[in-house]
Amino acid sequence: MERAVRLKVNGQEHRVLVPPHRTLLEVLREDLGLVGTKHGCELGECGVCTVLVDGEPALSCLVLAHEVEGHEVTTVEGLATDGQLHPVQRAFVESGALQCGYCTPAMVLVTKALLDRVPEPSGEQVREAVAGVFCRCTGYVKILEAVQAAARRLREARA
Amino acid sequence: MRVLEERERVFSVVGQRLPRVDGWAKVSGRAQYTDDLTLPGMLFGKLVRSTHAHARLVSVRLERALKVPGVVAAITGRDVPVRYSVFPVGQDETALAVDRVRYVGEPVAALAAVDPYTAEEAARLVEVEYEPLPARMDLEEALRNPEPRIHDSGPFGNVHRLASLEFGDVEAGFAEADHVREDLFFYGGNTHAPLEPHSALAWWDPGARKLTVWTSHQGPHYLHRGLARALGLEEHQVRVVVPAVGGGFGGKLDIFHHEVCAAKLSMLTGRPVKITLTREEVFYAHRGRHPELLRIRTGVKRDGRIVAMHVEAYLDGGAYCSFGPATLLYAGTQQPVTYRIPHYRFQGVRVFTNKPPCGPKRGHGTPQARCALEVHLDKLSEDLGLDPVELRLRNLTGPNELTVNWLEITSNGLRACIEKVVEASGWRQRRGRLPYGRGLGFACSAYLTGAGGSIYYSDMPHSEVHLRVDRSGGVTVYTMATEIGQGSATAVATIVAEVLGLQPQDISLVTSDTDLTPIDLGSYSSRVTLMVGNAAYEAACRARDLLLDAVAERLQVPRSRLVAQSRRIFDRATPEVGASFAQAAQWAEARFGCLATSGSYRPPQKLGTYKGSGVGPSPAYTFSACVAEVQADPETGEVKVERVWVAHDIGRALNPVLVEGQVEGSVHMALGEALMEEQAFRKELHRGPSWLDYKVPTVYEMPEVITFLVETDEPRAPFSAKEVGQGPLLCVVPAILNAIADALKVRVDEVPATPEKVLKALEEQRKGRTGRVGPTKVPPFSFPPPERVPRPQSWEEAAQPA
Amino acid sequence: MLRLPAFQLLRPATVAEATHMLAELGPQAAPLAGGTDLLPKMKRRQLQPRYLVSLRGLRELRGWSGSPEQGLVLRAGCTLAEVAAQPAVRSAYRALAEAVAVCSNPILHRMGTLGGNLCLDTRCTYYDQTEHWRQALGWCMKAPGPRTPEEVPCRVAPGGSRCWAVSAGDGAPALIALGAKVRLVGARGERVLPLEDLYRDDGIRYLDKSPDELVVEVLLPPADGLRSTYRKVRRRGSLDFAALGVAAAVRQDPDGTVTSCRLVLGGVASRPLVLEEVASLLVGQRLEQEVLERVSEAVYRAVHPMDNTDFTVLYRRRTAPVHVRRALEALAS
Ligand SMILES: Cc1cc2nc3c(=O)[nH]c(=O)nc-3n(C[C@H](O)[C@H](O)[C@H](O)COP(=O)(O)OP(=O)(O)OC[C@H]3O[C@@H](n4cnc5c(N)ncnc54)[C@H](O)[C@@H]3O)c2cc1C
Ligand code: SF4
Ligand code: FES
Ligand code: FES
Repeated sequence: MERAVRLKVNGQEHRVLVPPHRTLLEVLREDLGLVGTKHGCELGECGVCTVLVDGEPALSCLVLAHEVEGHEVTTVEGLATDGQLHPVQRAFVESGALQCGYCTPAMVLVTKALLDRVPEPSGEQVREAVAGVFCRCTGYVKILEAVQAAARRLREARA
Repeated sequence: MRVLEERERVFSVVGQRLPRVDGWAKVSGRAQYTDDLTLPGMLFGKLVRSTHAHARLVSVRLERALKVPGVVAAITGRDVPVRYSVFPVGQDETALAVDRVRYVGEPVAALAAVDPYTAEEAARLVEVEYEPLPARMDLEEALRNPEPRIHDSGPFGNVHRLASLEFGDVEAGFAEADHVREDLFFYGGNTHAPLEPHSALAWWDPGARKLTVWTSHQGPHYLHRGLARALGLEEHQVRVVVPAVGGGFGGKLDIFHHEVCAAKLSMLTGRPVKITLTREEVFYAHRGRHPELLRIRTGVKRDGRIVAMHVEAYLDGGAYCSFGPATLLYAGTQQPVTYRIPHYRFQGVRVFTNKPPCGPKRGHGTPQARCALEVHLDKLSEDLGLDPVELRLRNLTGPNELTVNWLEITSNGLRACIEKVVEASGWRQRRGRLPYGRGLGFACSAYLTGAGGSIYYSDMPHSEVHLRVDRSGGVTVYTMATEIGQGSATAVATIVAEVLGLQPQDISLVTSDTDLTPIDLGSYSSRVTLMVGNAAYEAACRARDLLLDAVAERLQVPRSRLVAQSRRIFDRATPEVGASFAQAAQWAEARFGCLATSGSYRPPQKLGTYKGSGVGPSPAYTFSACVAEVQADPETGEVKVERVWVAHDIGRALNPVLVEGQVEGSVHMALGEALMEEQAFRKELHRGPSWLDYKVPTVYEMPEVITFLVETDEPRAPFSAKEVGQGPLLCVVPAILNAIADALKVRVDEVPATPEKVLKALEEQRKGRTGRVGPTKVPPFSFPPPERVPRPQSWEEAAQPA
Repeated sequence: MLRLPAFQLLRPATVAEATHMLAELGPQAAPLAGGTDLLPKMKRRQLQPRYLVSLRGLRELRGWSGSPEQGLVLRAGCTLAEVAAQPAVRSAYRALAEAVAVCSNPILHRMGTLGGNLCLDTRCTYYDQTEHWRQALGWCMKAPGPRTPEEVPCRVAPGGSRCWAVSAGDGAPALIALGAKVRLVGARGERVLPLEDLYRDDGIRYLDKSPDELVVEVLLPPADGLRSTYRKVRRRGSLDFAALGVAAAVRQDPDGTVTSCRLVLGGVASRPLVLEEVASLLVGQRLEQEVLERVSEAVYRAVHPMDNTDFTVLYRRRTAPVHVRRALEALAS
């Protein structure tokens, strides 16, 4: 039953021995120590366990670790490079888009995925992107602002 | 007083839109929440929960569970039989049920195993035998059926606590009235639903005979005491540490079963034990908003001036005390803070039912009565043919006055708040002129900036802060202020940085560790900014004094000319003359030795002396006003809140970004309470303990929020900074209800005001009845005669004919 | 954390291999597509298959072919996000595009598949609960826990002998309204049937197929002037399942006279409810107020929801006609 699985997380290859019933969420947090990925239901409802699989958001609590072999997984720990926050992360801090911070890793990742696809998103697209993740603290107001601020930042960096 | 002197200055960090100090850690995923922690040899704990709402516990057998390989220990109520409660008068809970269960989900056994799978499997094998008792699932049922009693602790039947107070002479007041109106309102229960489930990691060090508990909690001090009691330890044997907390809202303030059980299991095994709740279990941990029935009767003069008011509150407390004694009294305290009420009677009863215990949720005990009152005032204004805003304006309290129930109002920006939202929303031009289906609603509210009394009696400070300046120029602040997302860390850092001329990020914070940090009572009642803030301010001023003395001496500059700013201490007259902060620290250390200061804060004495007067007083009150605009669908009853204008008297915003964030978050939570969230039960079971079934609004429901921060001078608050975490929620709920009434000309006197209820009200109206949905009677209960409390002198004088 | 029960994961390379595995293992096995329905149910121990047959590796289930003119073929492994983005779906099969867009939320869209959506387990407020909750309830017929279905009543209609769990998927009503067929492949061959015939009026055995049969593709007929739409009633703008789904599709003469009409409701019965009689009221008529009134009344008579979803029964019955009327109005304009 248990099988060695090769996982590529944040650009790094890992080999972990996992039985098939372990989810990506469990393996990230419990086998790889990547506890930046949070959990709030494990049933696919709250969205705070979101990671990127091949650049697209996925709920890690509903993904079997065995099934992501050969795919690229990105977690919040993989965003900052060389001790520098990713522009999306900076925008979140500067806009005050986080309070308790528990939804933040997921929010930052869905934002990154959106802006990678759509550099200049409409308000509706931004709402759609964050609709999969609950936030109980902010009322989303500053999160929506942060996404737009991040979009501006990224466009400026590209220009 | 120092604070006043500070107010003259232009600030360098206070009032700036700076990033929060915990932002980097949180946005990078580095912030450690309790469930992120592991210790070597750690075991995974699991609670076994009752499947009955009310039953005698015949037996709990652990044998089969203990046989599962990997299970290390298991316990029942007999292993943790000590009763405890945050409230000294409560003491009705045990970590595991001993001989009775009182709600579905109440823990009956706990076990620890080498991995979570084994723990879960073994939990299924615990055999519990119940002998069912009749369950009382609401107020009416619990009052109608006094036997069997859910607890013996209350005065009789299922009554837990009673309050009955009268300030002035209410009947005489009503006799003066030109018009009297009475309304009933029901506020459904709801819950905090923080994103992070509760979690505790406990480690008993057998060598040191010391217990450490890391826990997602917002009141480490009360927990510290509670754990010692529940486990039979000396208080100094317990250390509580709070890592990052993923939201609290009042839901992580009690002493929780999993905390005591993790600790007990660790004491039995000598290994660290972690218990993290599932989402379902978070709904059972609850301590949320009490379902509450209210009856309000108000007498007014023809011009709208209130002459008397009588508020009756029936609180459905769930199965245990929790913070109930305070919740009950809070239902009565805040009405006279917004409006002058010359004669006021409050009567309340908290009733036990077989549901998870209710407790403090954002606004603790006040939103229900506030909502009922603001809806009632709307109807009163209709009766009188007055604009609802005008009615309020004729009754507003002002600054520096004493309410009829002996609460001392200092700063008061309510009038300015009202002007802001009325102006911005176009109330005067638009209200009454909108098409059918669109409506505007208005409401006001007030809240405490910190409870004036502590939960247990003591004459010690409520907040203390240690501050250390080291020779590198580093500043470390030690505080038990517990960051739950509300921004307490940033608030403390901002205050200290302002005093010392540094930036908030320059301040290292050691927080919420009962071994390392001096007392703070906890993150509740919006007390941290003011109380910890004042203590931090004092500690920082004392440190600055030492630095200034040393610099004055070294540079031979008069001390009064020195300022601390931009990471330097320099001569105001010749700014080049000065020293870096680090240099100053070295001079000061050379001169005075170790640079460690402290500050403490104790709120002013309460003025009332009546029984119950301990609940309600606060060093300062905040005020809020709200206009909500809704679009309602008369065919489906669906209500969309499109825009919300909120003005909040903040005193002064230490950091406007954080303050706005609290307002916006409050609007979101209020929206849920007003329209969809409900901790509801079907027969004995929670209707749906999940994110799918418990309807927290999503991003699509959020209205546009327009926030105004009104500044007032509050000498009792550090830099004038008052609270914002709870107050702005209160006025939003009734503003939405009033807007629905304006849109559809029907009344839903009940929250959540679901589409079902809106549609029902419309149907009633179509049938020619009053278009109203809501309670029509109060439960069978008669209150004891009220205790007559003399009014403050100022009221008696005002009553004298001139 | 809620954990999955242990199981074996099988990873066939072809549909044939998958169906043979399923045939051999029988009811102990379940196909695993996106897992967004199956895995939460396993965590709550509503279902406990001992084998999961992963459909992820099956190339045959990916992609689509055809066009609105010839008819469109969507294979079962398409994610809901792919279906929603498919140009032909967006232009010619609006009801499907709209239905998928209001399904769950955008993250789940990228995970859930069309096949899984059509085979979605029926839902009930007494069933979609944790193991502890259902134990406290005393279980129910559909998931009787340690007991047998005969021993435990249905909690919604305790006197009866059937389960009333609700078909709550958004895809099925839309596709049925659009006249879709499905191709099933089993160990013993394949068959094509109208999608509506896949469903049974039984909350427990809600699919009329054998366990080894896989839904491999959905066949949409040529659009041929069909106009369609989907409306969904749910408390929140995201996440929630349908307390009512309304799919409507009409063909009209140039003068606006309806020549054919399909109306299908989700969320009100154990299968998608095809309102044939109601729809027939519209044929030969124009979508005008008076006709719509009659349709509304007929909808009210035809809809009998049970108390096992969000919203009260009364509310769902009262508002179903409103939503059907609004769907038709949207098509009229
Ligand atoms: C929080 C939440 C909200 C949701 N909201 C909605 C909603 O609003 N509307 C909605 O329609 N759905 C909703 N869903 C359900 C689900 O996400 C979608 O229906 C999705 O499309 C299911 O597809 P899947 O591939 O994930 O299915 P899976 O979970 O993989 O499978 C579902 C079922 O179908 C079977 N199956 C899968 N593929 C096939 C096949 N090709 N042939 C035969 N059997 C197969 C499986 O064995 C299983 O029994 C929600 C789910 C969650 C967790
Ligand atoms: S309808 Fe009845 S049998 Fe079916 S799931 Fe619901 S309660 Fe169970
Ligand atoms: S943990 Fe809630 S969606 Fe995964
Ligand atoms: S910041 Fe607390 S949940 Fe989003």
